[in-house]
Amino acid sequence: MSERVLMKGNEALAEAAIRNGCRHFFGYPITPQTELAAYMSKRMPKIGGTYLQAESEIAAANMVLGAASAGVRAMTSSSSPGISLKTEAISYMCGSDLPCLIVNVQRGGPGLGGIQASQADYWQATKAPGHGDLHILVFAPCSVQEMVDLVGKAFALADQYRMPAMILADGMLGQMMEPVVLCEPGEVQMVEKPWAVTGHGGRRPHNIVNSLFLTPDELERTVKERFERYRKIEKTEALAENYMTDDADYVIVSYGACARIAKSAVLAAREKGVKVGLVRPLTLWPFPKQDLIKAAEHAKEFLCVEMSMGQMVDDVRLAISCSRPVSFFGHTGGIIPTPAEILAEIEKMAGGNA
Amino acid sequence: MATVFQRTESLLPVNIYCPGCAHGIITRLVAEVMDELGIAGKTVGIAPVGCAVKAYDAFGCDMIQAPHGRAPAVATGVKRAAPDNVVFTYQGDGDLAAIGTAETVHAATRGENITVIFVNNAIYGMTGGQMAPTSLPGQITQTTPYGRDVAAAGYPVRVCELLSTLDGTTYAERVTVDNVRNVNKAKKAIKKAFQTQIDKKGFSIVEVVSTCPTNWGLTPVKAFGWMRDNMLPYYPLGVYKDKTAEKKGDAAE
Repeated sequence: MSERVLMKGNEALAEAAIRNGCRHFFGYPITPQTELAAYMSKRMPKIGGTYLQAESEIAAANMVLGAASAGVRAMTSSSSPGISLKTEAISYMCGSDLPCLIVNVQRGGPGLGGIQASQADYWQATKAPGHGDLHILVFAPCSVQEMVDLVGKAFALADQYRMPAMILADGMLGQMMEPVVLCEPGEVQMVEKPWAVTGHGGRRPHNIVNSLFLTPDELERTVKERFERYRKIEKTEALAENYMTDDADYVIVSYGACARIAKSAVLAAREKGVKVGLVRPLTLWPFPKQDLIKAAEHAKEFLCVEMSMGQMVDDVRLAISCSRPVSFFGHTGGIIPTPAEILAEIEKMAGGNA
Repeated sequence: MATVFQRTESLLPVNIYCPGCAHGIITRLVAEVMDELGIAGKTVGIAPVGCAVKAYDAFGCDMIQAPHGRAPAVATGVKRAAPDNVVFTYQGDGDLAAIGTAETVHAATRGENITVIFVNNAIYGMTGGQMAPTSLPGQITQTTPYGRDVAAAGYPVRVCELLSTLDGTTYAERVTVDNVRNVNKAKKAIKKAFQTQIDKKGFSIVEVVSTCPTNWGLTPVKAFGWMRDNMLPYYPLGVYKDKTAEKKGDAAE
């Protein structure tokens, strides 16, 4: 068991990636993920790894594509505007069935937006992280410890299902320091990658990493095969924390750093006698529908709390087939909802019962 | 009966180019070089968007199909992950000198130990003949129907000249494949480019001035004539940079 250390979220995530067997990091500077790349630039040369500062986010993501094609655990990190530039390579990696890790330490948007914490890339991450019929695995940590723990899971599932995985963090999680326990290096199980391009050595026909299928039938066959995998993932890999939801009349749905504030509001409401619970998705794709369906058995009403204009709200409505009202409270980039604000929303929802 | 000419092992039996396209010659030369150097089993080729894309079916080595213009970045990722592999890109002019300019210039300036085979035929072939970054002043294409007007569309990019200014470029040569003599010279250049990489001496590029009979609207023979009359004066053949003798590479280690 490793000791507890005090680390910044960005740095802890970087160290966790290294301990999970990542030796190839390709990045480009952008606030507020800078510490992650800086940490990699310090560590990688000491352990025989690669840190490369690319000429652009586009190039960095395509370097990940190349390294992933060669079968290694490769990653890149960025923040919102930079992630937009990576969507090209993400789509190609989905189409070529390549595993990799992409970290988005979100900031406010659209455009150059701001540099403070935000959750405004939920739609991009879960609905359209690139062009075409595709999904990527999306993990939403709420603490520095989860920044660490979800890295191992993200790499493992990416390898298992041969698809990109994203850690959707935010500027708050990236910048804050918390005590964290890191996994021991060497505990990582690496899967065989017979599809990788490392030279056929005269032992097999050539491998081709490819996303181009000019025959429509062939293209549809590959996409449908991928969607069978997606259906399996939706059934087995969705993760959520259900906090005080068993008897809850009102359920808050919130993820990431924002969910921790919502949790404080839940406790405050409970003290006032309002039965409130929290469903906190740890995977945003696949979306933890079953947890919400279960919560809806008791709950009269749902409230989404996000640092955006309410991008997860429709997913909650769909998960429970619009069987309960789902309202929203949130702020945009840099304005962090306070426990008091959320409590006020809960009281509004509970009406005279509060 | 003696066999005097046959398909080289690393060239797979597929037809991926238009009839009379010089791509076929260049693709074959790369395959011959791989086989003569005995490196096909450890080579990874990158085929990006354009006429070059189906090269992943033509080359017998492991292949990656890359996004438009990103081949040098993809090659960088492969090479950094597997430094003992031989990694090359096979790119057209739109790919390398328009959408992928940043990737090209920065792979070169990093001295990335990869080989770039650049096929310059002054047009976008795959999409049906639009203006390329290397289309000549006055050249008529689908998107320059009145001829390339440099006042509006700018000037052609001379890639070997541009890249030879960078400290990271070890070897840059421009060749063509319009006759036996030039085909042999082109093969020699391609071989040298691969050898530069094998010796760990850094970034090498061979620009092959080529033709597009289909989109130029010329027969293959007339296309070579047009190329000689119009392209070669703008894109002179020759070695633009050769620091292979100066670079220490692997041999000096």
